[in-house]
Amino acid sequence: MPIEVNGKVIETDEEGYLANLNDWSPEVAEAMAKEDGVELTDNHWEVINFLREYYDEYQIAPAVRVLTKAIGKKLGKDKGNSKYLYELFPYGPAKQACKYAGLPKPTGCV
Amino acid sequence: MADFEVPKFREIPIIPEPHPGVMAHSKPFVAKEEFQKPLGYPGELVDNWQEAALDKMKDLLGKYRSLRLFLDICVKCGSCTDKCHYYLGTTDAYNMPVARQDLLRKVYRRYFTFAGKFFGKLGIPGFVGAADLTKEVLDEWYSYFHQCSQCRRCSVFCPYGIDTAEISMAAREIMDSVGLGQKYSNEIIGKVFKVGNNLGLPGPALEDTLEGLEEDVYDDTGVHVRFPLDEEGAEILLVTPSADFFAEPHIDGLIGYAKVFHEVGASWTLSSYASEAANFGMFIGSYENMRKVSLRIRKAAQDLGVKRIIFGECGHAWRVAYSFLNTLAGPFDFLDPNYPVPQHICEYTYGLIKEGRLKFDKSQNDHMVLTFHDSCNVARASRMGDFPGGQFVIPREIIKATCNHFYDMDPDTVYDSTYCCGGGGGLLTDDLIELRVKGALPRMEALKRVVEEHGVTHMAAICAICKSQFTKIFPYYGFELDSIVSVHQLVSNAIILSDQKKAEEEASETAEAAETEE
Repeated sequence: MPIEVNGKVIETDEEGYLANLNDWSPEVAEAMAKEDGVELTDNHWEVINFLREYYDEYQIAPAVRVLTKAIGKKLGKDKGNSKYLYELFPYGPAKQACKYAGLPKPTGCV
Repeated sequence: MADFEVPKFREIPIIPEPHPGVMAHSKPFVAKEEFQKPLGYPGELVDNWQEAALDKMKDLLGKYRSLRLFLDICVKCGSCTDKCHYYLGTTDAYNMPVARQDLLRKVYRRYFTFAGKFFGKLGIPGFVGAADLTKEVLDEWYSYFHQCSQCRRCSVFCPYGIDTAEISMAAREIMDSVGLGQKYSNEIIGKVFKVGNNLGLPGPALEDTLEGLEEDVYDDTGVHVRFPLDEEGAEILLVTPSADFFAEPHIDGLIGYAKVFHEVGASWTLSSYASEAANFGMFIGSYENMRKVSLRIRKAAQDLGVKRIIFGECGHAWRVAYSFLNTLAGPFDFLDPNYPVPQHICEYTYGLIKEGRLKFDKSQNDHMVLTFHDSCNVARASRMGDFPGGQFVIPREIIKATCNHFYDMDPDTVYDSTYCCGGGGGLLTDDLIELRVKGALPRMEALKRVVEEHGVTHMAAICAICKSQFTKIFPYYGFELDSIVSVHQLVSNAIILSDQKKAEEEASETAEAAETEE
């Protein structure tokens, strides 16, 4: 399921995650979200940017708890919980947000 | 929410009418070469797949007498037909365990029994329930042997004790060996070999996560509860599913283990090398891969010089640990023989409760009314503690020691009759979501009954797969996604840490002193 962004065709895997993580750009995230019928707001971007920063350092997505704590610090305590993240990313913050952020899908019993 | 119909709760759970083939479209993604090769399998379906599959079947029949026996002795009595959660949820006749088994059995008959060979040569193998191994049959295998979570509920009711799980494991091993592997399981096993765990969580990330947990627990309790990593000379090695480092409610269980260790002053450590309890080698029926994953635990235990190994809350890991670990990675003669090798974290905590070494404030869990979901591999493939049925009693006793409100579900759906969560056996993947939702029906019905009768609000479990599966599928059935909790999360909520009491007393003394000075 390749996606097209600014005339460039970008390869993804069966589940829509980027085949090549270097292909990511904010426009890619917008295009993926659009396919899911999601409009990315500033709050979505806080999550996506945090995921990308964390991934740069650790080569893995952060634990849900680490993510909620970081978002709570940035957006206010009432938003630092997984319920809020599920509102932003109804398919699950770990998976859907990782996809938009161009990270590989978290695997295992999660 | 879904592009399939979520099954409706049945007024009375009658056996549904069978609909052959309605789930034939359900197939997990096939593993590409990059996920096949690290496990020693061909990257894609080999040209001579039929010959290779039969060779592999012959090999397995020679290795596992049980497999040949199970393929020979079924008398089609029908006891198993309505015992499978996937049959009840999907109504596909091929999900009756006997029918699913027969997909492999008919090929076994054709090539490995006299009658099958004879009538096969006459071109009428169907006369004796045999069938040629065609591409269609292979496709059926791929679909339906990925609609079995290897939960073994059917085996409990089979008068011959035929173990469907072993048959589905063999089928998956045959498919892997001809290059038709399942992406989800095989990618994960590859990650264990490469990084050390199913998640692909590298050492530094694990360290960061654990440091974060230490801070969180300190903020909550004022106590420095440690989460040690790679500490040589520790007495206990804790091996837990990597989901415990990542997902919710799993991580709350991990906090519970750490608090228990802290409270009794145990010397323990996690290992970044063996940072995974799960062993998906079992799901794909691969002895070799299961062994390779297990050997990591042995190596970590030896490198760190521990005396005991304790497993965290993970269902199939406990089956591998309890039933196979010594064969796969033993002997463990370097461990302290005074303790079970290995031990389950519930067994450990239960022992401490019985010795009176843990104190709880049950009211901390008063916002919940609990029930307990027995995970299939713990319930039907292992034991726990030093008495029969310990695997059922011990987790419940821990819940009762830490919570005021506990109610069991319908007896037909717990203990060794427990229903699978719907996501076990290597099926916990988004490409099988329809199957997972439908397969959860019997458990959801039992849960709904205790919700209505006793006001149950939360279900506790001791398996990472169950916890993730319920988080995902609860909303389809009208439950809140956070209604699933870890057993050690309840421990974590209720445990009274002596250090916390001391810290609070000191704080109030200081406050009093300050007041007196004023």
